[in-house]
Amino acid sequence: MSAEPAAAPPSALQPGQPAPDFTLPSTPDQQLSLSDLKGHPVILAFFPADWSPVCGDQMSLYNEVLPEFRRYGAQLVGISTDGVWCHAAFAEQRHLHFPLLADFEPKGEVARRYGVYRVHEGTSERALFVIDASGLIHWSFVSPVGLNPGADGILNALDTLVEAPQETGVHP
Amino acid sequence: MTTLTPAVSADDHAEGPADAPVTLVEYGDYECPYCGAAYPVVKAVQRAMGDRLRFVFRNFPITESHPHAGHAAEFAEAAARIGRFWEAHDLLYQHQDALDDASLISYGAKIGLDRSAVVAAFGGEQDDRIRRDFRGGLRSGVNGTPTFFINGRRYDGERDVQSMVDALNDAAR
Repeated sequence: MSAEPAAAPPSALQPGQPAPDFTLPSTPDQQLSLSDLKGHPVILAFFPADWSPVCGDQMSLYNEVLPEFRRYGAQLVGISTDGVWCHAAFAEQRHLHFPLLADFEPKGEVARRYGVYRVHEGTSERALFVIDASGLIHWSFVSPVGLNPGADGILNALDTLVEAPQETGVHP
Repeated sequence: MTTLTPAVSADDHAEGPADAPVTLVEYGDYECPYCGAAYPVVKAVQRAMGDRLRFVFRNFPITESHPHAGHAAEFAEAAARIGRFWEAHDLLYQHQDALDDASLISYGAKIGLDRSAVVAAFGGEQDDRIRRDFRGGLRSGVNGTPTFFINGRRYDGERDVQSMVDALNDAAR
């Protein structure tokens, strides 16, 4: 009896590949499609779960960096396998000013298509994608799940994507 | 990248000799509880290291989570304009439970900072400086507060006095 070969670890989509389109709920009664955001850079931040301490810090940090992302005309979108009501409560408690999408049904479908689903845990990886205005992946990064990757990688990727960011900025 | 950008310069708020063999930089938020917990640790580290350490503080306020962090940073920067940054810094971390505007104005009175200067700071007079610190932190890989750098490299070790002193001594060699 031969054992099944071990499943290959998921591998995140790489720069140069087209970003798969998707439509997911952003609130209990609204949907957001990646194609809605075409024409601008998009930052997709997959994270394992609302409320877990590291995620909270990561999303709170990105929330604070939004004016900086806006200088590049970039839209930030958070995605996890949590449901819409969970996202709503989380976003309200953390005062988040960017959409959190619910990759909830079919569970993790979008994470799977981006190669960042963790089958055993039923969550996504902590993975970042910067997508250019034409819908191609420009940069991707998978962080150790317990480690907040910060924003420097995203900002460096946006630097190489956008010639001259607008001179507005982070307002403390 | 987890290397400090920009490097420490004369514009920074620093305690200790500029030619100390080791420099500890903290990116902090005055309302962050973890920064509050680190505050006495840093003081003890400074005492243990003496003149061999220069300590630098840079602003990294997470204002959506900490509603008073922005004004507290503005207050400290206003105090810096009259040469009282560290007194302000200490008052803020010693009174993390009272960082509302009226309290900040009362701390100003203790260190010779006029109410009008504090109010001007609340109006954004020091915000370019704070924003510069924040942006530098983002570029340096600050992913939360506090984040420490030892001689320009991010320190991810334990945040107790002995661990930090050991790491600083290693870097000073």
